[in-house]
Amino acid sequence: MIKTGNTHSELADKFNRDKKRVEWHDETLWFVRVKRDKAALQIPVWEQLREAASQIKNNVLGNLHNYLVQFEKNAQANGIRIHWAADAKEHNEIVHAIIKKHAINHIIKSKSMLTEECGLNEYLENQGIEVIDTDLGERIVQLAHESPSHIVLPCIHWKKEEIGQLFHQHLGTPHGNADPQFLTAAARTHLREHFLKGRVAITGVNFAVAETGEFVVCTNEGNADLGVQLADVHIACMGIEKIIPQRKHLGVFLRLLARSATGQPITTYSSHFQKPRAGQEMHMVLVDNGRSKRLASDDFRNALKCIRCGACFNTCPVYRRSGGHSYHTAIAGPIGSILAPGFDLKKNSDLPFASTLCGSCTNVCPVKIDIHQQLFKWRQAVVKEGHVDLSKKVVLKFTGFVLSHPLIYKLSGTLGRWVLRNLPVITNTRLNTWYKQREMPPAPKQSFNSWYKQNKRV
Amino acid sequence: MNIGLFIPCYIDQLYPQVGIATLELLEKQGLNVTYPANQTCCGQPMANSGFEHYTHTSNKNFIRTFADFDYIVCPSGSCTLHVKEHLYVANRKAQATQIRNKIYELTEFLTDVINLKALNASFPYKVGLHQSCHGLRGLHLAQMSELVAAPFSKPEHLLSMVKGIELISLDRHDECCGFGGTFSIFEEAVSVKMGQDRVADHLNHQAEYITGVDMSCLMHLQGILNRQKSPVKVIHIAEILNADK
Amino acid sequence: MSSREAILSAVKKNQPVESELPELNFPFTSVNLKDTFIRTLTAIGGRVMDVTSWNEIVDNIKATYSTTSQVVNTIQELSADFGSFQRPSNPHDLKEVTVAIMKGDFGVAENGAIWLTDEAMGNQVLPYICEHLVLVINAENIIPTLHEAYERIGNSTYTLGTFLAGPSKTADIEQSLVLGAHGPKSLLVFMITS
Repeated sequence: MIKTGNTHSELADKFNRDKKRVEWHDETLWFVRVKRDKAALQIPVWEQLREAASQIKNNVLGNLHNYLVQFEKNAQANGIRIHWAADAKEHNEIVHAIIKKHAINHIIKSKSMLTEECGLNEYLENQGIEVIDTDLGERIVQLAHESPSHIVLPCIHWKKEEIGQLFHQHLGTPHGNADPQFLTAAARTHLREHFLKGRVAITGVNFAVAETGEFVVCTNEGNADLGVQLADVHIACMGIEKIIPQRKHLGVFLRLLARSATGQPITTYSSHFQKPRAGQEMHMVLVDNGRSKRLASDDFRNALKCIRCGACFNTCPVYRRSGGHSYHTAIAGPIGSILAPGFDLKKNSDLPFASTLCGSCTNVCPVKIDIHQQLFKWRQAVVKEGHVDLSKKVVLKFTGFVLSHPLIYKLSGTLGRWVLRNLPVITNTRLNTWYKQREMPPAPKQSFNSWYKQNKRV
Repeated sequence: MNIGLFIPCYIDQLYPQVGIATLELLEKQGLNVTYPANQTCCGQPMANSGFEHYTHTSNKNFIRTFADFDYIVCPSGSCTLHVKEHLYVANRKAQATQIRNKIYELTEFLTDVINLKALNASFPYKVGLHQSCHGLRGLHLAQMSELVAAPFSKPEHLLSMVKGIELISLDRHDECCGFGGTFSIFEEAVSVKMGQDRVADHLNHQAEYITGVDMSCLMHLQGILNRQKSPVKVIHIAEILNADK
Repeated sequence: MSSREAILSAVKKNQPVESELPELNFPFTSVNLKDTFIRTLTAIGGRVMDVTSWNEIVDNIKATYSTTSQVVNTIQELSADFGSFQRPSNPHDLKEVTVAIMKGDFGVAENGAIWLTDEAMGNQVLPYICEHLVLVINAENIIPTLHEAYERIGNSTYTLGTFLAGPSKTADIEQSLVLGAHGPKSLLVFMITS
């Protein structure tokens, strides 16, 4: 079980105590969803692109073994050193060993959800290595000792005044200055020093091409590029599912990625790294961490198609009103809710229920992951494994019993309506969660069933 | 054409007038409609909560009750979708599949099967249409805003035949109301906020009524409207299409 | 068994039946490529100038950036005015560069991106470390979408190839767009028709 106070609904409840803030959070993310819609509408072949992307990813999952071998061979021929990590621990150890070999205690890192998944920062810091996240949003949450609340917009839950205060404390900016332009300039100066010091740069990977042995990293800030081009060592960390077959397939994914993520036609930088530059060491760590196991599941395999655009976050009415941290996992939002149970079903048994199953996520997804269907299936898995609290179980078992027996159903309905009408104290209490902020539904004297019998003479 | 009327459990118990309006509306089109009295529920509340394995007997009951009709019509997108996607009984696969193919939500039945061209209905009010998610994205009763595709709307098409009605436009034209079955209880804070935000959108555009194809969403919005002591009412689309006075 | 073997054998065992790759055939509505490119790149914070001669480019660069700027040029046609780049041994030596000038291979109308590879960069850090970036592309080299872009790139090899679209930017603080996050604060593109 999850510790009391740490379930999605409890954390969301806390988040909702500040109504104005919830509204601001919702509006900010809805604005991104609208930008995504506008960008997609400009591409008449949008739905064909989604279908092609989905088919390419399906093909990858069905031929992943060969693509991985092909990628490794081509990347090695290009001079990239390939490492394989079975799990998060091995990934962290590999990265640490490379850093140690160079006798370095300070590294810079651009955005990588994989390293979040593996807890790399914490691991390296425990080994005495200073890690500087260089994406502005990630740097902000790092200074605040928090984790990102969104995979594309890491500090979307922070207000500019709070960032101003944070920068005042850590970067010495004037107290009370909350101008985004000014604060970004301050971060630029602060991080430029770190870029110039950084001899090892870690990046994530958006796509790796089996055919050419190259990989692509997309950013807007240019932090990944500036980092690796100044560093002697580039370490790229990638989940094994990020492979795509051919270079031309990048055309499909790059048309979809930024438009889905932020509504931009493309990220400012889409850098294709094929070889290390002269004198540079380039490493890639290929990480499994549960992916090969998930590959076996007909129900949940599709989640491996994800390209981490974050569109499902922005469209999710629950995410927008509960904030990323209510998901208590490295990747929040709808996609996080179907990924996390695969890592630890018990610890994340609440997440498949943090959805109304409205299906918006599935339909914005650029690679057509059936997110809401998987949420439904995870719910069944959670219950089957016994990770659901007893009260819910009893109530539903009772409901199931009632609804499957026509006579009992009718009697209990009549009784229920009578209670609603005559003894509202029973239903209108604090114990009745519905009633806390909503009136009870009406309680008519007669059900449709009995009206029909009376009026239609059956 | 032999039509079986499927009235979801909460409509039967809490909103009988919706069942009546549905029945009358279908009969006005000269259709032969029967309401089999032994029906209970599609099993969705259990299945969506992870207890699909408890729905075995209600599924059996559903098949027993509805197998012999040419069409099954239901005034709920959500329950219809559930039957379409999840009705399954191990030794009655063929019957289950048949039912899954012949069950229709009311507005899609009126639009696609009997091809309704005109209605003698009048409803001179400002009405906001709530797009219930399962009808919208599951049954494609209308085009969803997520897709780059031609717009259409079966509910709006039918409402446009009603005299005097004024459909308002919304800022977020197909956002979820936050009901989500047991979600409304287990995720109370977010559910209520979603409902309040949906209501606000309708109120900001001067709705006098909020309508939709799913009474469950409308029940949620009604609970919020009533708590706010708002004069705005919810009304099922069948009641509007059947409003001939 | 090494992790490599363990992962590969698990993947082989668990992967589903292979499905076919789709045909990539995405028709585009014919547009004025130059106009679309200019409009798109401008919308994402870049500036585009339509020019007909190298002299025009020289004049415009001189008019745009202050005379005290440290300018680095990698284009031969402009070397008389802006010198020619000598590759430094250490990329850190480029940290004071104000303006970097280089050639782009081609531009993509649908997204305003310009493809350039390490060959044109002089030093790979240059397009990222400079304060202002100037790119020159041939006006004939504007293509409709990324599909044509990858056809054009073909199976060429490079150390680094990039689609560069506008100045470096961030909207991490309350979704307010700020140009000049870590890389260049501005991008000026000359589209030359000869």
